[in-house]
Amino acid sequence: MESVYLIVAIVLTALAVSPLPLLLQRRSRGHAALATVLVMAVCLALLAPLVAPVMNGATLVTGFAWLPDWGLALSFRLDGLSLMFSLLILGIGLLVTLYAYYYLPEQDRLGRFYTLLLMFMASMLGVVLSENLLLLVVFWEMTSLTSFLLISYKRASHESRLSARIALAVTGGGGLALFAGVLLLGHISGSFELTQVLAAGERIRSHDLYAPMLILVLAGAFTKSAQFPFHFWLPQAMAAPTPVSAYLHSATMVKAGVFLLARLHPALAGSDLWFWAVGGTGAVTLVYAAYIAFYRYDLKGLLAYSTISHLGLITLLFGLDTPLSVVAGVFHIINHAIFKASLFMAAGIVDHECGTRDMRRVNGLFKFMPITATLAIVAAGSMAGVPLLNGFLSKEMFFAETVGHPVFEEMSWLLPTFATVAGILAVAYSSRFIHDVFFNGDPIDLPRQPHEPPRWMRAPIEVLVVLCLLVGIFPQWSIAPTLHAAAAAALQAPLPPIKLAVWHGFNAPFMMSLVAMAGGIALYAMRHPLYAFYGRLPSIHASSVFERVHESLTAFAGRLVAWLDNGSLQRYLALFFAFVLALGGWAWFSAPTGFAPVAMQAADASGVAALLMLALAAGGVLRLQRQRLTAIVLTSVIGLIVALTFVRFSAPDLALTQLAVEVVTIVLMLLALYYLPPASPAEDSVPRLARDALLALGVGIGLGAAAYAMLTSPFDTLSGFYLAQSLPGGGGSNAVNVILVDFRGFDTLGEITVLAMVGLAAHALLDQLVLKTPAVDGDGRRWSKERHPLFLAMLMRPLLPLALMVSVFIFLRGHNLPGGGFVAGLVTGVALILQYLASGIGFATARLPQRLPLFLAAGLACAAGVGAASWLFGYPFLTSAHGHIAVPLIGEVELASAMIFDLGVYLVVVSVVLMVLAELGKVSVSNEEQA
Amino acid sequence: MEALLAIAIGILSASGVFLILRARTFPLVLGLTLLSYAVNLFLFASGRLRMDAPPLIREGAAYTDPLPQALVLTAIVIGFGMTAYLVMLALRALSESGDDHVDAKEKS
Repeated sequence: MESVYLIVAIVLTALAVSPLPLLLQRRSRGHAALATVLVMAVCLALLAPLVAPVMNGATLVTGFAWLPDWGLALSFRLDGLSLMFSLLILGIGLLVTLYAYYYLPEQDRLGRFYTLLLMFMASMLGVVLSENLLLLVVFWEMTSLTSFLLISYKRASHESRLSARIALAVTGGGGLALFAGVLLLGHISGSFELTQVLAAGERIRSHDLYAPMLILVLAGAFTKSAQFPFHFWLPQAMAAPTPVSAYLHSATMVKAGVFLLARLHPALAGSDLWFWAVGGTGAVTLVYAAYIAFYRYDLKGLLAYSTISHLGLITLLFGLDTPLSVVAGVFHIINHAIFKASLFMAAGIVDHECGTRDMRRVNGLFKFMPITATLAIVAAGSMAGVPLLNGFLSKEMFFAETVGHPVFEEMSWLLPTFATVAGILAVAYSSRFIHDVFFNGDPIDLPRQPHEPPRWMRAPIEVLVVLCLLVGIFPQWSIAPTLHAAAAAALQAPLPPIKLAVWHGFNAPFMMSLVAMAGGIALYAMRHPLYAFYGRLPSIHASSVFERVHESLTAFAGRLVAWLDNGSLQRYLALFFAFVLALGGWAWFSAPTGFAPVAMQAADASGVAALLMLALAAGGVLRLQRQRLTAIVLTSVIGLIVALTFVRFSAPDLALTQLAVEVVTIVLMLLALYYLPPASPAEDSVPRLARDALLALGVGIGLGAAAYAMLTSPFDTLSGFYLAQSLPGGGGSNAVNVILVDFRGFDTLGEITVLAMVGLAAHALLDQLVLKTPAVDGDGRRWSKERHPLFLAMLMRPLLPLALMVSVFIFLRGHNLPGGGFVAGLVTGVALILQYLASGIGFATARLPQRLPLFLAAGLACAAGVGAASWLFGYPFLTSAHGHIAVPLIGEVELASAMIFDLGVYLVVVSVVLMVLAELGKVSVSNEEQA
Repeated sequence: MEALLAIAIGILSASGVFLILRARTFPLVLGLTLLSYAVNLFLFASGRLRMDAPPLIREGAAYTDPLPQALVLTAIVIGFGMTAYLVMLALRALSESGDDHVDAKEKS
């Protein structure tokens, strides 16, 4: 079916078009609002063709692979539950857009607001439409972020920013927990696709990791849905503009948590842990928040705590874990969204028209705004659970489920009593909302004279209240199909018989409702002593606690950073080596032991002699490090011994490379030495020397021991493949070179790219550099006047073509005998450096190509180009080809495409060596001119 | 023979680390060079020590492991690149601060 792609289109449209209001606000705020409405209408239109099949019980899944190796797919799912949520999100979104147009001040251009609102809506749609759980987590985090931006919409206000931070810390932290939980869930069930996960319930519940996974997922759901003890961010979030509160903090975002409970119910529910964790949290939240709500005198504060309480009710319903309680939970999600959004909008109107929402001052508004008052009273009645309104129906279902729940057989009275207490409190705070605001005498000292709001500002509330009545009076006709589809999707099982009716007879739930009504009104009647009592209790403000924790964390982080990052390289390196030692020691002592050491080769005299020389030279470098020229000479001795080691143990290529690199490095160091201060002061304290010596000894012993352990352990290698394939596959008999330019050519390409960066860095670091040229050397002698000895210069010039010929020879034979691009490049480099040294920078630069970076680029292009050329023949990158051609006089020559690659290597090496030395040379020129 | 090489690696890495921890740029360059030798030898040793068995394909010859050699070959060249970069950085720092201390502060 083609139309399933519409699901993807809905989310992507909403995401892509969200900046539209920001672009249109320049015209007028009306344009911005119209664009928002249009986007939502388009999304609804895209959804429309899918409604019928989903209502008939179909589950539509579609999408694209994204990172298949990690299980991440851009896959979406539309079933009854996601359809119900999408309709809520889009429908209430439309109403909120209209409402916000009138609510926000005239001077607000609204572009930023509507863009954020659309971004939030898109992420929320993503959450409810995701088939892939990882995708769901991504959208989940996006709702946290957009919510953060919306709460802090009044960005000039400190309170807004603080509230947004708290909300982000709580919901963002929960999001991380959810992420971890989802990763575990995917690990357990073997897939991140909901279809597979939901079908794997048995396996998931019996898995060892079930408990940690469930707790992490619930942490995500409970923080988002403001369950106790994470509830405190939601009342803080009331700092957001009221349209945001109506949309995010009553109807949609806070429902994401309970949505997740419903979504994952088939996979996760059905265990004792689920019952106690979800049911327990929901029950505590339900009663605690209802109790606090009764004492709030801030209108939005009351609604916020009432929202928390209702979310607790929904959580409790999912926790009770009977088929009908899940149905009731889904039903209450719809009902609560409808009546709470309208109540928030009404509260916003009161705030807007009176300039305050303090219920101690806002009284008797019925006289001033009778229509709004009537609407709000109906909605509040629904919140309290008055018959003929939608809230009554789901509350009845809740009461019915508490009676005779199988887990509480012995104490069957407990749960119904608890539910009735919650009902009493709900009636009490709803009574306060109605009576305090609209009756209860006259307003006290209001900043503005209240009156009815603009016609269209009230319209969204009218729509929602009509829905309250429709669902409440004709449930079977209005809501039943949607509810059936949604509940069936949440259960993933055939539905139990549901009787949606206003009148069920004089049964236990009805009696409980009556008791709740009477008790709630009685409680409200006793409010004055209760308020006085509550006022004497010590109060804890979540925001101040949060700020204290936040500040101490920041201070701690600051101290930690100051200690670690004090600007001293020595400190960093010492810490680094200490850490390496600790890690290495840990690995060493926890490694499995018990393999038989293999036989060693006997040491011979030359080996001992080489080691002695190496030790002497290393000791000399340490001892004479302040006499720098000697130290360099000794270092080169070590380099030579290393090269000889390579020769001894069958690595002619390495020996050649090491020798050539040695020469270039020594020249480079000598050049640098000319500028550096001739000696280091002996400035290190004894403790520091001791610390460094200890670290150095540790690293030395560790690395030596590791090397010894490695050399004496049994040997197994995958090199057989390379050796066997070198000639037939790579067309060369030098296996090392074939590996470099062919088998592992991509690595080599990376390496010469790094090398090329060094060449470019030479220009960046040394261009226009001014250094003081010392007039005397370290011992106070003047430098020789004769800069370029004649003999050296005359000797070097004829040497150049010879050296170049040698490098060509080394290059050409490289594929079959020791040699190749790296060595040849270095030899060419050395030959040219000798010209610099012998005849001076002026002589050499005049005769060398000026645009060295071009050669560098040509080299890289050569290497990458020959790799890319294999695409033309339909092979993967860097596939090599080789063949034989007959050359007159010379005979048959084997030619491999890898040779062109090697030519690239050669060019890069030569250009880098020359660029570094040429830039160093220019430094000296600029100074000589200065002097 | 294996023990000799292990001792050589130990000596080189210890000297290298000690020099890297000094406060001036020049010993730092020397230390890094020594440490590179040690690491290259270590990598090379992972192919074990075999005499008279270069990885050049011939009739009836024995071969040592070519893979570590290929790795070390590029490591040597990259090591040169790193030394060169460090030397240039040292010169730059010298010109910015007039001092060859590793924590060179900018001239004010």
